[in-house]
This record gives sequence, structure tokens and C-alpha cells, in this order.
Amino acid sequence: MTTLWNNYRYLILRRATQIGLLLLYFGANAWGWTILMGNLSSSLFLNIVPLSDPYAALQMVAAGAILATDIIIGALIITMFYLLIGGRAFCSWVCPINLVTDAAAFLRRKLNIDSISKRQPASRNMRYWVLVLSLIISLMMGVTAFEFISPISMLHRGIIFGLGFGWAAMLIIFLFDLFVLKNGWCGYVCPLGGFYSLVGKFSLIRVHHTMENCTSCMKCKTVCPEQQVLYMIAKESVDVLSGECTNCARCIEVCDDEALGFSIRKLVKNKRTGE
Amino acid sequence: MENRAVSDRRKFILKMARSAGIAALGGFVWSAYVDEVTASQLLLRPPGAIKEEDFLKTCIKCGLCVEACPYNTLLLAKPGDNKPMGTPYFIPRDIPCYMCPDIPCVPICPSGALDEASVTTNGVLDIKVADMGLAVIDDESCIAFWGIQCDACYRACPLLGEAISVEYKKNDRTGKHAFLTPIVHSNICTGCGLCEKACVTEKAAIFVLPREVAMGKAGNYYIKGWDKGDEKRLENAKEIKTTTEISKDSAVDSLNSDSEDFK
Repeated sequence: MTTLWNNYRYLILRRATQIGLLLLYFGANAWGWTILMGNLSSSLFLNIVPLSDPYAALQMVAAGAILATDIIIGALIITMFYLLIGGRAFCSWVCPINLVTDAAAFLRRKLNIDSISKRQPASRNMRYWVLVLSLIISLMMGVTAFEFISPISMLHRGIIFGLGFGWAAMLIIFLFDLFVLKNGWCGYVCPLGGFYSLVGKFSLIRVHHTMENCTSCMKCKTVCPEQQVLYMIAKESVDVLSGECTNCARCIEVCDDEALGFSIRKLVKNKRTGE
Repeated sequence: MENRAVSDRRKFILKMARSAGIAALGGFVWSAYVDEVTASQLLLRPPGAIKEEDFLKTCIKCGLCVEACPYNTLLLAKPGDNKPMGTPYFIPRDIPCYMCPDIPCVPICPSGALDEASVTTNGVLDIKVADMGLAVIDDESCIAFWGIQCDACYRACPLLGEAISVEYKKNDRTGKHAFLTPIVHSNICTGCGLCEKACVTEKAAIFVLPREVAMGKAGNYYIKGWDKGDEKRLENAKEIKTTTEISKDSAVDSLNSDSEDFK
């Protein structure tokens, strides 16, 4: 039991957070709860605090909309949280698509698809290009471009307000991740992930690697959805500083040698580099 | 060395061209889709909604208005609805807007897509000035125009006697009965759709359309000369010179000619 907890503690916590948030949102619409109303695009916490998706707000600016005060405050709260504390934690702790893509990645590992096709013929920088493209289209068409196609809001809205044909988009992402590209949606395409990669670069919570304990089993790299951030495994003892790390902590759980763990970024070092 | 440098450059150019190609293709499909879904004009928005063009860029699609509506009138467009995804709308034949005096759907909007000021009179929320659309009557299928007595829409209207009135007219077919036909007054009607919901015909003979779709525009050439307010529009009127050539023949000649002058 304790090993089960040790091996899956963050996964259980993450699923609890993801599903708990969904439940709060769902309850707000279905049973009139007032803890967390709205959806991930914009919400109202305890009837007072506005929370807004900063990427959606950015697209609104590009589209030429005048931002309301609530949206600005809400987007700032969310941005500050991920910028200072969470890093790219949105992707692995909040986003409902993570349930879909994690399922695909799990099945991919079980079916040993990676050993059949080892090469990933795509660049992880694609997401930043999609991010730029979304802003260009927003600017040119005068609408929030990604919000009209976003499978994230589609699924999240779908769970709260009714899914419609949204299940087809989920299936496409699942199959894409399973057969076409490993961690394809979250790791290559999603501009929201790209946005939070940029925002989360400087956050305090970091995964730390202790080389002395590492036995080079590479279990962490197998399970990591953003393998490139773990370049230091068995090489040096440093924090995982890439913004692309989602702080999902799967690497910490699968490590049997206590070579990985959460840590707070060393501010002293930060200051030195800042000077 | 020389050879390798060239091949690196060629690789780089190829890579750039490929990226540009993918971006163009993706951008094309993406914007075509966005264009397609935003082209749908027959949407009825919640009260206080700003102009559709601005609404599409301002609405953040959070659904707080939908949650605030006590009658479950408002819906969020789902994939497959062929409407701008995630934006709120309502179908009056299913559930109309019941025009709550406190308009709960508007103040909760965080983005300003539902504008409180547009449904406020003298600092107080006033649903009567809301403009969700305009009820239009098809007098072919409205049975009141057949001479059958029906005032379902008139009775259902929350602005009873103001937005819809009933006109009396002699029924010449029978010679002894009256037509009692409904008339919508566009300056009062809020487009709530209670009339559409109440209409007894199989497919509603009175239905709400967005105001831009339902109404024409007289333009600046035609002014109600007897109306001081309307005459003010003359101030914005611009002269447009016609390009049609005026016939040089005398007007009297045209009476004697056959149809030559009309060619």
C-alpha cells in the first residue's frame, strides 16, 4: 500500500485536482454551487475573485477587443500564479485534455509502440509557431482564433454544458497521440502549452535532480511527456529549469533511487544570474 | 568544407520553406473554419449583447451568463451546432427569454460582451430596453390573418399592448366578421421570443430574428418631414450625384413617341 502511494502519489493528487476542479465547475452549472463558476476560459471564484485565461485575453487584445477590468484582473492572477509558483503546472494539474493524452501515452507504452517507431519526425517548437499563428489569425479575422477551435475549452465546456460533437475531437487527439506522435498534442501542437511554457520559465517550484543517487535506469525519461527537459539525468545535479516541464512529477514517482524531487528554485543563484 | 557549408544552407532554406508551407496550410484551414462559423447571422444573443462583430472578439466563452439564467434559456454553442463555438445564444421556440427584471445574465459577464450600460435606464437595470432581436410575423401562415380569432402572441407578450397590438379590420369575405391581426412595434419589441413560444401554428408564424436581419433601412434620402426628430437625420445626409444621363428631348415629345425613349 505504501509503495502504491509512493509510486503514484502525485498522479493520484493530479487526477484528484483535475477531476475535483471539473466537479466544482460542473456543480456550478448543474446544482448552483458558487465555489467555482464558469469554465477555464474565465471563472468566478467564491462569487468574488475573477480568474481568466491569459492566453485567451492575449488573443482578445490581438483581435482588437477592449479588455474589461475583470478579465485583466483575472488574467493577471492566473499569470502571476504560474509565473511565480506553478510553472507549467496548468497542463498536468488542471487541463482536462491531460486525461486524454495521458491515457494515450499510457496505452502507447503498454503497446510498445515506441519501440516500433523510435523517431519523432516533428519539432517541439511547433507549438510556439501555432501560438504566433493564432495571434496573427486573431489579428486578421478580428476573433479569438484558438478559442474557436480549442479542444481544451471544447472538452471543458462540453463536460459542464454539453459536449455535442466534441467527442470526435477528443478521439482524434487520442488517436493522434497514440499512433502518430508520442505526446503529440501536449508536447508539440498545443499553443496554450506553449504559452504556459513561456510563462512558467521562471517559477519557483522546480524538479531537482541529484546525480549522486542516480543509477541511470532512465525510467524517468520513459515516462516524461517532455523528455528534452530531463537532459541532465545522470549528468549533473541541477534543477529542471526548462519552462516546458509541466511539474507533473511522474519522474519523481518512478524514480526508485531518490534522485529526483521537488525543490524551490534557489533564489540566490537567481540573483547572481540576474546581476 | 565548401561543400558542407552549401548543404547546411540548403538544409536551412528547405526547412524554412517547409515551415512556411505548413504554417500557410494550417493558417488557411484555420481561418477558413473561423470564417465559416462566424458567418452565421441568425443567432439570438442574451440581453445586453454588444454588436455581433465586437461580441465575437470580446466574449471569452465562460458560460457564466448561461449559469446565471434561471430558466435555462441560454445555451453555449457546441461543436456540431455550426455556430461560433462556445458563445451564448437562445432558441425562443424552445425556451424564450423571460425578461427577469434583475437581468442576472448581464452583470455577471466578466468580459463586457454583455454590456450592463445598454440595459440600464437612469442607473437602474431595465430589461425593457434590451434588444435581443425583433419579432416578425408571416401573415401567410398567421391564422389571425385568415380571420380565425387568435391572440396568443398578443397575450404572451410581456410588454402587453406595447410591443404587439391588435388591429381591427372588416372581414370582407364574410361581410360580418372582423380580422384581429397582430402588429409588432419594432421600437418596443425586445426580441424575448415569448410570442414565438406561444404561437399556436405548427411552425411559429411569429418569430424573432436579429434586428439587422429583420429590418431594412430607409437611408438618408427619405425623411419624415412632419417629424422634427427625423428631420435631424438630414444633418448626416450626404449628396450623391446620379450618373444617369438626362434625356435632352423635350418631355412633351415622350407623350407622342411610342416606346423609343425607354430603350
